[in-house]
Amino acid sequence: MNRLWPFIGFMLLVGLFGFGIWWNTRHDPNAIPTPLLNKPAPAFNLPKLYEPTQTVSKADLLGQPYLLNVFASWCVECGVEHPVLEAAAPTLGVKLVGYNYKDAPADAKAWLAAHGSPYALLIADESGQTAIDFGVYGAPESFLIDAGGVIRFKHIGPITPDVLATKLKPAIAAMLKDAP
Amino acid sequence: MRFFARRSPLAGDAFVPGFGMTRHSSVESRDSGFERASPASGLLRVIFMVLLVFAGVAHAQAIEPMPFANHAQELRFQQLTRQLRCPMCQNETLADSNAPIARDLRNQIFKLMQQGRSDQEIKHYLVARYSDYILYDPPVKPGTWLLWFGPLLILLGGAGVVLVAIRKRKREGIATTTVDDSVDNGEDW
Repeated sequence: MNRLWPFIGFMLLVGLFGFGIWWNTRHDPNAIPTPLLNKPAPAFNLPKLYEPTQTVSKADLLGQPYLLNVFASWCVECGVEHPVLEAAAPTLGVKLVGYNYKDAPADAKAWLAAHGSPYALLIADESGQTAIDFGVYGAPESFLIDAGGVIRFKHIGPITPDVLATKLKPAIAAMLKDAP
Repeated sequence: MRFFARRSPLAGDAFVPGFGMTRHSSVESRDSGFERASPASGLLRVIFMVLLVFAGVAHAQAIEPMPFANHAQELRFQQLTRQLRCPMCQNETLADSNAPIARDLRNQIFKLMQQGRSDQEIKHYLVARYSDYILYDPPVKPGTWLLWFGPLLILLGGAGVVLVAIRKRKREGIATTTVDDSVDNGEDW
C-alpha cells in the first residue's frame, strides 16, 4: 500500500487538472459575474443612433421587457452573434434593443447596413460612460430587462445558438412566467 | 533623450510637456542635468542612456496624462489604480492596462477623485458595477473563506501528517534524528 500512495497522489492531481480543463470548456474564465443581477437596471439617457437629437431613457422603456444587446462595429464577436440574433429576433418574445458601445455613429450605421439590423430600437453610447454603470467591459454583452426595469439575466460574449437555446430562452420564459 | 521618452512604442500619443505625469517631467529634468554633465564621463553617459531607454520601456504602458490638482493626488491615483484589476485583461492592473475599458475606468476614477470621493467610496463604486473581481485583494467573506484560510488548513493538515509519522516512528523504535541510507527499511519511495 505504501508504494501506491504516490500513484494515488498523482491520480488526484490528474483528476484536479482534468476537472479544471473541463470546467473551462463550460465556463468563460473571462466572464465576470455581474452584481446587478436581479437588481434594477441603472438609469440611463442615451441618444438614438439614427436620430441623435432624440434620447431614450430607462423610464421610456419601462412597461415591456427587452433584451439590451451591447454591440459595436469594431467588435469581431458581434459579427458572430449577429446572424443568430437576426434569426431569433422575431420569435424571441421580447423587444430587442441595440446598445451601440464606444463606436463612431457612421461606423455603426455602415456595419448595420452591411449586416442588417435585428433591433427594434438603437441607442448609442459613444463615450462608454453609461456602460460603466451597467458594468459593461466589452462587447458583446446582453442584458435581459423585465417590464419593471430589473435585470433578470446577463450574458457576456456572443449569443451562440447554444447560448440562445440553453440560457437566453429559458431566462426569457422564466421572466414571462413570473410577470406576463 | 527626449526622443526616447516620447517615442517609446506605447508611451501614448498624447504627451503634453509639463502637463501631468511626473515620470515625463523627471525624464526632462534628468535630461537637462545630462546636458550640463562634463564630457569626461563618457561611460556614464552610455550607461545613463541605456538606463533611460529602459526607463522608457518600463513606463511604456504610460497613461495619457491627467490634469491632477497636485502631486499627492497623482500618487493617490497611481496607488489606487494599482490595486484594481482591469476587467477586460484580468492579469493587468487598471494602472497598467491599455484596454479601452481600463482607460474609461481610469478617467472615471479621476473624475470621482475630483468630486472628493475617498478611495473606499471609489472601490465601492466599482465593486457595485464590476463585482469583487475588480479588487486584487478579495474581501474576507463566506465565499472567500476557502481562499483566505485554505492555505492554513493545508498547513495544519501537513503538520498532522508529520505528527502521525513521528509518533509512528517512535512507536516502532526508529530514531527520528538519524537516517541510515545503507539500511533498506523497505520504503522504495
